[in-house]
Amino acid sequence: MSIMSSYARALAAQEGRAQPVATVRHVHLSAAPMVFIPLRLAGEAAAPLAAMVGTDPENPRLLVVPQPRNRDLRFAFMAELADVMLPYIEGFAEVVETVEAKTPYERYADAPQILVPSRGGVAFTKLLGRSTRFRRADGPYPVHPTVPVLGQWLTFFADRAEYAGSSALVAMTDALALHFATGQSPMEDANLATQLAWISPPDGQSGAKAALAAEDPLISPPAGPDTHPDFDGQVLEHAIRAYETSGSEAQVREALRSQLTPTWSLMWHAVRLLRGLPEAATVDVRWVRDREQFTRETARLAEGGSPRGRVDSAVRAAIRLADLESVVQTYEAQRAFDDPLVMIEHRVAGKAFTGEVVGVDAARRIVPAGKTRPAPRPLVTIRTSDPVRLSPGRKLFSSRNRKQRTEVVGIDGDLVVLQINDQMGRGASPAPGSLPEVGDVVCYAELDPGGGQRPRLPAGEDTPWTHGGPPTPYTPTDEDAEEAWS
Amino acid sequence: MIAETPAQAAAAATEAILADFTGGAHRGVIVDSPPGAGKTTLVVTAATTLADSGERLMIVAQTNEQVDDLADKLASKAPALTIGRLHSDGFSVPARVTRHPGVTASNKIEHVEACTVVIATADKWAYVTGRTWTWAIVDEAYQMRSDKLLAIAALFDRALFVGDPGQLDPFSVVDTERWAGLAWDPMQSAVAVIARLNNLPVHRLPVSWRLPASAAPLVSEAFYPFASFRSGTAAADRELRLTTAGFPVPWDRTLNEAAASGWALHELPSRHTIRTDAEAVQACAGLATRLLQRGAVAHDENGSHDVSPDRIAIGCAHNDQVAAIRAAGIPAGVTVDTANRLQGREYDVTIVLHPLSGRRDATAFHLESGRLCVLTSRHRHACIVVARAGIAELLDNHPSTGRVQLNVPVKFPDGWEANHAVLAHLSRHRIEA
Repeated sequence: MSIMSSYARALAAQEGRAQPVATVRHVHLSAAPMVFIPLRLAGEAAAPLAAMVGTDPENPRLLVVPQPRNRDLRFAFMAELADVMLPYIEGFAEVVETVEAKTPYERYADAPQILVPSRGGVAFTKLLGRSTRFRRADGPYPVHPTVPVLGQWLTFFADRAEYAGSSALVAMTDALALHFATGQSPMEDANLATQLAWISPPDGQSGAKAALAAEDPLISPPAGPDTHPDFDGQVLEHAIRAYETSGSEAQVREALRSQLTPTWSLMWHAVRLLRGLPEAATVDVRWVRDREQFTRETARLAEGGSPRGRVDSAVRAAIRLADLESVVQTYEAQRAFDDPLVMIEHRVAGKAFTGEVVGVDAARRIVPAGKTRPAPRPLVTIRTSDPVRLSPGRKLFSSRNRKQRTEVVGIDGDLVVLQINDQMGRGASPAPGSLPEVGDVVCYAELDPGGGQRPRLPAGEDTPWTHGGPPTPYTPTDEDAEEAWS
Repeated sequence: MIAETPAQAAAAATEAILADFTGGAHRGVIVDSPPGAGKTTLVVTAATTLADSGERLMIVAQTNEQVDDLADKLASKAPALTIGRLHSDGFSVPARVTRHPGVTASNKIEHVEACTVVIATADKWAYVTGRTWTWAIVDEAYQMRSDKLLAIAALFDRALFVGDPGQLDPFSVVDTERWAGLAWDPMQSAVAVIARLNNLPVHRLPVSWRLPASAAPLVSEAFYPFASFRSGTAAADRELRLTTAGFPVPWDRTLNEAAASGWALHELPSRHTIRTDAEAVQACAGLATRLLQRGAVAHDENGSHDVSPDRIAIGCAHNDQVAAIRAAGIPAGVTVDTANRLQGREYDVTIVLHPLSGRRDATAFHLESGRLCVLTSRHRHACIVVARAGIAELLDNHPSTGRVQLNVPVKFPDGWEANHAVLAHLSRHRIEA
């Protein structure tokens, strides 16, 4: 935890209420998100027990597996889930917009968004995808044809969730923690009920007291995927036995409805809370990436794309790692430049500073390293009271122009001298407006929203000897489809 | 049998490495080198040997500083060699490289590819396409992430991978559990991947020329349990003498102990602190200042010299600690840096802010054996560790419990155990502040 977030937590504990750590909303919130609360059978890795799912707060759909140890019933459950999710997901693959680029291309105007209560929900979504995407509608142990399709989509969402700033599959507790610091530990924040109790306690009650009350599993049952052991032993066990003797699902359904409904209300309460915050400037830029990935996946599946292999090849892994790292860097920078409250964290750490411009040497020209002719390299002097911990040569960007490269030339007391390196037009002197002016209040930070240039990696079939040579391409087999599912 | 001298042992190892590398039986040869074991010398020898037989080769290092060091050493030792220093756009090559007439520096491969030896960072090599070399030397290969090797492996047929296995593992800011257990997990070091996927000979350099006789046994035992090495010098060869007597105060007593034994633990009272613990920071800066004030003189196998500020380093775990120590006022010229940046460097005296000092918990980051290994193996004469009391208890309260994952090779040494080994040794040189 950084000093700022520790401070915000201490303040929250003292005030008895969660404290804002963001002034704007950094996650995209769809007009019609799908809330998905899955439960699994205790002791099993991926045996679904129930799910509450839907896009209408007033009208949740409850799906249950009346005997979760019966594999046929599990697949029937997955087919039912596909009935709810696939129309929602595929419904976005209709309205297309054309993007003007060197080679114009098309992407869908909107994309599906799935909200789960916590990281456990994301991990379970991934497991459900993993256990259904290799299934087949024909051959041994056939399943309903929509089951493997749903498996591919769940895999897609869980994959996207690994990318920083993606809003395709969001864990609600993470989204709330981005905007509110509670008076409890980050570990306790993984409980949606107590986290929300800190953020919006009932009138006249402190967050701590409300959170304590919310810990009661009778009032707020666990948000999943694991159920409460008391519920398992005292309620679920009997309900399942009743199903086995009578063949009626009613008792199991009622039991699970009681476990899921409180979380369902909390999820929509959290959605309303987040909607109350104005959207940050770059949220849409990131959502465009989600839309583009959704477009690509739709096209891939339409062409009969085979399910993703279980393991990444050497080249795929390296590319993915580079992608993941570059989006983390971009996301960190975008969030800080979008939100002064986030930037404070970097200012406290000495990686960023805000101050007033006290001098501009716009006429300065030098011969840059590796060049032969002089070029404009103006100097800007800024007075700041921030604890700057940057050394000469460090590359900075500013909220004024996020593309303009600058570097630290020197720091003397409270004065920081920066050299501006580009984005000044083609003329012999800097274009008007391309430099800050004396009296401007500016913020510079060692955060690069650009993501940077990357060298190309070899194609998969050119994998060098050092990494085991070219891998055999993955094709799903019957054996994959028969894999035990527990 | 007559015992080999260190020099004979080192020469025999070098000979065996070159025979394996140039012999042609393997596409790659791995050389594990403990701190200060003459790794650079080996690279220079291998390069000149190949060049002498009319071969062209490429050399890969990880940072621009390493590349410049190598280019400088290579050009000094073999002035007749043509060396191409390939660098990125906008980088200015330091004078210690450009002063050699044999060196051509450019940011374009076309300008330097005719040179017998072309040398660049792995990042720069990744942009070179359409050319191949028969021979390559990859320096600091344990610092190199395997995805970087993937980007450049098509450029060469055969390679010598040289590095220090005790140093810090590559790291990433993202969660990489997805690939844990895969032989080509991109988070592993380049050496780990090639060793798992290819059956390559592994050599070891047996002698550390940097570490004094007081340090080599501890570093070898704590951090290289299965690849022991010895010091190239005897205890009598190295001496650190303080020309003034000093006062009976903790700082001076710590310096006396370090000068006399090669180690000192400057122990502050036990307390949980923030990372930039003001007292510990003050002690690091103060010890460096006092060391210079007291006029230290170092005697070694090459003669005697005053310990000047550029021969002293202060190492710590985090960047904010570096900034705090700099802000606390240190003599001009003394290096202050994190373990990551001190890798591969050498000083007469190092002052280390213990990564676990004042902490409440022992995380994997702070327990990583490589971090402590780098910090305690940069010195030729003495190493002073500044720490809060209570680290041993902290370790006992946080036994090492990393998640066990399938197919992930067990890593030695265990950071927890290495930390205890170093602490046990340091407790014999403790000065309470």
